[in-house]
Amino acid sequence: MDIHEYQAKELLSKFGVPIPRGGLAYSPEQATYRANEIGGSKWAVKAQIHSGARGKAGGIKLCRNDSELWEAADELLGKRLATVQTGPQGKIVSRLYIEEATDIDREFYLSYVMDRAAERIVVVASAAGGMDIEEISHKEPDSILRVAVDPAVGMQAFQARELAFGLGVEPGLVQRLERIILGAYRAFRDLDATLVEINPLVITKDRGIVALDAKMSFDENALFRRPQISELRDKSQEDPRETYASDRGLSYVGLDGDIGCVVNGAGLAMATLDMIKIAGGEPANFLDIGGGASPERVQKAFRAVLKDKNVKALLVNVFAGINRCDWVAKGVVEAIKELEIKLPVVVRLAGTNVEEGRKILEQSSVSVITAETLGDAAEKAVAAAKSSAQAAA
Amino acid sequence: MAIYINENTPILIQGFTGRIGTFHAQEMIDYGTNVVGGITPGKGGTTHLGRPVFNTVKGAVDETGAEASIVFVPPPFAADAIMEAADAGIKYCVCITDGIPAQDMIRVKRYMRRYKKDARMRLTGPNCAGTISPGKAMLGIMPGHIYQQGRIGIIGRSGTLGYEAASQMKALGIGISTSVGIGGDPINGSSFRDILEEFEKDPETDAVLMIGEIGGPQEAEAAQYAKEHMKKPVMAYIAGLSAPKGRRMGHAGAIVSAYGESAAEKVEILKAAGVTICPTPAEMGATVATVVATLKKVA
Repeated sequence: MDIHEYQAKELLSKFGVPIPRGGLAYSPEQATYRANEIGGSKWAVKAQIHSGARGKAGGIKLCRNDSELWEAADELLGKRLATVQTGPQGKIVSRLYIEEATDIDREFYLSYVMDRAAERIVVVASAAGGMDIEEISHKEPDSILRVAVDPAVGMQAFQARELAFGLGVEPGLVQRLERIILGAYRAFRDLDATLVEINPLVITKDRGIVALDAKMSFDENALFRRPQISELRDKSQEDPRETYASDRGLSYVGLDGDIGCVVNGAGLAMATLDMIKIAGGEPANFLDIGGGASPERVQKAFRAVLKDKNVKALLVNVFAGINRCDWVAKGVVEAIKELEIKLPVVVRLAGTNVEEGRKILEQSSVSVITAETLGDAAEKAVAAAKSSAQAAA
Repeated sequence: MAIYINENTPILIQGFTGRIGTFHAQEMIDYGTNVVGGITPGKGGTTHLGRPVFNTVKGAVDETGAEASIVFVPPPFAADAIMEAADAGIKYCVCITDGIPAQDMIRVKRYMRRYKKDARMRLTGPNCAGTISPGKAMLGIMPGHIYQQGRIGIIGRSGTLGYEAASQMKALGIGISTSVGIGGDPINGSSFRDILEEFEKDPETDAVLMIGEIGGPQEAEAAQYAKEHMKKPVMAYIAGLSAPKGRRMGHAGAIVSAYGESAAEKVEILKAAGVTICPTPAEMGATVATVVATLKKVA
């Protein structure tokens, strides 16, 4: 789960990471008011969307007076901001963060990730701040410092100190930087984060250290013990199709094609999308309905897939293990009737009670295209989507 | 012989008396698995499904001599259950639970390092369908009847995609020695490489099919191992060819976040290591059949 920059900064500041003074604004009036409250003579108006690379996309504006603040806020609020990370459709800007401008002397990169190879939290730092990590590893690979944290004892002060000296900061700042590095580690560990990225971490001209930008993501499996993090979820930043599905306990990822997919199991769902591509079609979504494909779940899944108006055909692929094909088949027939589905529906069932399941589909009053194998199902779905698109045109 | 479990392995169910534990324990017993008891703290001394219930894994191991266990404990308590099994002297543990926090799994892996390598419990999962040695024992939630007994090993991240492979193979008359689910989580008990090592040693396994997916370094690590240490042929299918970068495809671990983690890159790495690639998920069985045919010729 992702959160906004201002939320990440608020969390990190509680763990001893200094941040510039700032405040939230939902309107141009609030933006100017906030700036006056903060004081100073220069402010950054920052669009709050779940994406990095906002600066390059015009989402961060430096302002020197009320009219500039007003204009910047007026332009950004309500806009769909497209960055290299969001894709061309962009994300809606519904809140701004107004922050005092910082006089930068040096910029660093600092991040904490869950390293899957090391099976540890790994801290990554570089003196080449401001660039994203892929850029740094491409342009200045030697500048990257890495420290793996032993989960039995947590991050040690000497590890933070090694990073601080490794970044080449002046001796007078080392102790402060050490505390910041340890603080952000504790935030990662105590809040069940999967990513903390402070980029840039800045040394100001007056020898202060502040996190100028911050990003945090969280482990969704750990939200049960982090209600304060769940509260930070902003549904306006999600694909509405995905929000609808996840609110109903379905695992859904929206894609750009026209074949809606309903599959049980994440691996089989991915394989089904692959098969559609190989057969010359484009999937509209990834959808895993989970282990128990009850009739209610099948119906919920159909509703979620049909939220996407690009869908021209449906492909149901269920490999029944603990559940039975006859039960799944009943669910499919009911869902088609209940939701009055007119689009072609291709159904491939396999596993327990497959014969009974097929019989139910064949003898039902609804029209269903049945398929025997995974390959067969994909080909039929691609053909059905093509003819359905032609009929609509 | 198969690996990890056979018809004699005494097995415990952790989370025995719950709804899910009860259902699958019964399925395993019906399959012929040697289930010797289960654990539900607070219900020790009672009997469930005709087997004794214990309060602790240690108590259960002392009484029954159990060597393997399967965990159906809910996510907040699952890591604790795994460590309890490791401490009680269980040799092989399957964790079915989906939704364990990643940091809990990091702690589990660190905890297990306190045991010497040859005394350390082997953990597979979490978030997997389990392990089956067809015709002998089932330590999982899979439909046992789709697995034919034979001489091919399977290692897979995904449950239903593993079923797909097993049934394609059965349709072609090809059987399985053991099928091991390693699970879809980013931090898991065992990697492809760990299980490849076991299959290489198993005299009843002739070749191994790996079913991988996007995300993480474990397929590439397995490729390297297969190239350097495996005499038996290795085949692989990698799911997620059409998955966009940075999007999590269902499994907590199925996300492309670094180079070498996309399906296409993994396929290239495996190919370069001499692994036979299944071109599509519909041809997993056919690919295995081709390799099996060449094995027969050599013999």
